[in-house]
Amino acid sequence: MNEKVIADFIYEEARQLDAMQWNAWLGMFHPEARYWVPLEWQQQDPVLQPSLMYEDLLLLKVRVERLSGERTFSQKPKSRCHHLLQAPHIVECNAETGVFKARTSFFYTETRGDTLERYSGWASHELVAVDGELKIKLKRIDLINFDAPFGNIQLFM
Amino acid sequence: MGAYRSNIDAIRALVRDSEVHRDVYIDPEVFDLEMEHLFPNSWIYIGHASQISKPGDFITANIGRQPVFAVRHSDGNVHVLFNRCPHKGVKIASEACGNTGKFFRCPYHAWSFKTDGSLLAIPLKKGYESTGFDGSQASRGLTPVKHVKIYRDFIFAKLNDGGLSFEDYFGESLSTIDNMVDRSPEGKLAIQAAPIRYMHTCNWKMLVENQTDTCHPMVAHESSAGTAVKVWTREKGDSTETPMAVQLYAPFMSPYEFYEKSGIRIWPNGHGHTGVSNSIHSDYSQIPGYLDKMIAAYGEKRAKEILDETRHNTIYFPNIMVKGPVQIVRNFIPIAVDKTLVESWVFRLVGAPDMLYERALMYNRFINAPTSIVGHDDLEMYERAQEGLRSNGNQWVNLQRLYEGGEKLDVTEVINGTSERQMRNQFHAWVKFMTQDMSERAEVAE
Repeated sequence: MNEKVIADFIYEEARQLDAMQWNAWLGMFHPEARYWVPLEWQQQDPVLQPSLMYEDLLLLKVRVERLSGERTFSQKPKSRCHHLLQAPHIVECNAETGVFKARTSFFYTETRGDTLERYSGWASHELVAVDGELKIKLKRIDLINFDAPFGNIQLFM
Repeated sequence: MGAYRSNIDAIRALVRDSEVHRDVYIDPEVFDLEMEHLFPNSWIYIGHASQISKPGDFITANIGRQPVFAVRHSDGNVHVLFNRCPHKGVKIASEACGNTGKFFRCPYHAWSFKTDGSLLAIPLKKGYESTGFDGSQASRGLTPVKHVKIYRDFIFAKLNDGGLSFEDYFGESLSTIDNMVDRSPEGKLAIQAAPIRYMHTCNWKMLVENQTDTCHPMVAHESSAGTAVKVWTREKGDSTETPMAVQLYAPFMSPYEFYEKSGIRIWPNGHGHTGVSNSIHSDYSQIPGYLDKMIAAYGEKRAKEILDETRHNTIYFPNIMVKGPVQIVRNFIPIAVDKTLVESWVFRLVGAPDMLYERALMYNRFINAPTSIVGHDDLEMYERAQEGLRSNGNQWVNLQRLYEGGEKLDVTEVINGTSERQMRNQFHAWVKFMTQDMSERAEVAE
């Protein structure tokens, strides 16, 4: 495990999302993983402070399954997304403790029909190695304007 | 000039017994008139006293298009003031909330004001000597909103002098706020964080109507709540406990019969609520330790009475919804005829276990966030309606479900929970408060 492997993993995750390979993307998560979009600057607590999202794998599966649902009208037409990532800053890469952390500045675009919205922020990954393979334990999205009133954000940053 | 300004008859003609003309949702002039008449004539929610607990604390808001702010004065009283410097009109409070200290200071020319709005000082004051300044409106400081009522810490204000007193306006509908407050063992609510904000490209009334629309959840939310139930059923394995998340989603898929039986209660002046006998909030798991605290505070009989009242959504006309069992207030803030800012606030029940707050926060992000799949379902419907209503083929929106000829207006009644009568009730109130201060004669303003 080295810094390049971590960065490549993060690029691969974005590639899966941009290709709308949702199930392959879910496969990159640890069973105990959380996907968190805080609603406060440098937020510490996902449970007793409000967040935009704080979801486990079950809820992420619901989202993914919903996207292809026959009666999911907000996906007619379908959304698409694009992740533009800066090179990840490796915060921790410790094979002994099995803790791998990176912070990646991003520019995210989501489009649907004739509308297109852009978001900026930082993605923080907490990864663990399972049988030599990296898995996402926590993915945290800090938007620069987390407190602004957005319209629908239907896919994943 | 359009068809509606200075034409009270045209406004009245928009609302029939069981249908409304599409212009109430899409006509910019009707929206302008709502901002000028409906909102100033109504009691509008400004915020909660716990947001301004210390002297100098303030929160800003709009009533229609008019900026106001509420501030805690040094003597503990709350004042609601128009948010403009009496000098050149600069907004005095520019943030959603904050603390100004002992006084406000206008950032333009440094006029300063006490936290009750009175003028404190003007630099180079001698420039106003012998100018008659003492007789000017500016000399009286920040203009107060005259009609303010703080009911169990909920701050409401009304701009216009005419119309109903707070008590006559809300009447028995205040029982929903009572129930939410009573759910705290200390009889006290607290706002501890910012709301979830969600921009909607639709008319504000579509959101208000949807709060008591019980025939849409099992249809529009099949994609979200239905999928949640399906995935959980598949994945639960040997689990015996349903996760909190699934408990929150699943009841949206309740069948029509459930909603029919749970009932709707309407009140005069456009207020009303779903979930009279029970609701989608009735069957959540008990939160450990909560019932004991409630019994200790209120006694067993009263505690159960409070907790058995599980009202679903209560509309306080014109534009807030209160959800007592989950401690949420949603504020549907009109921005333009086709743009509405929704701010969804979670309250903490003071003295209750943390898990109640956790559940309310979870509900809020599941249902009321721009990242909420339930929210995605709803907004899609509003946006399609906002576009579809441009069609001239049929210019009326039908609100006829369970309509009975000769329905009494401005009454309290409990009815079948799938009725659209609460929507009819809202539109009766809409005409009343829209036209209350309009002149009867069209030519007056010509």
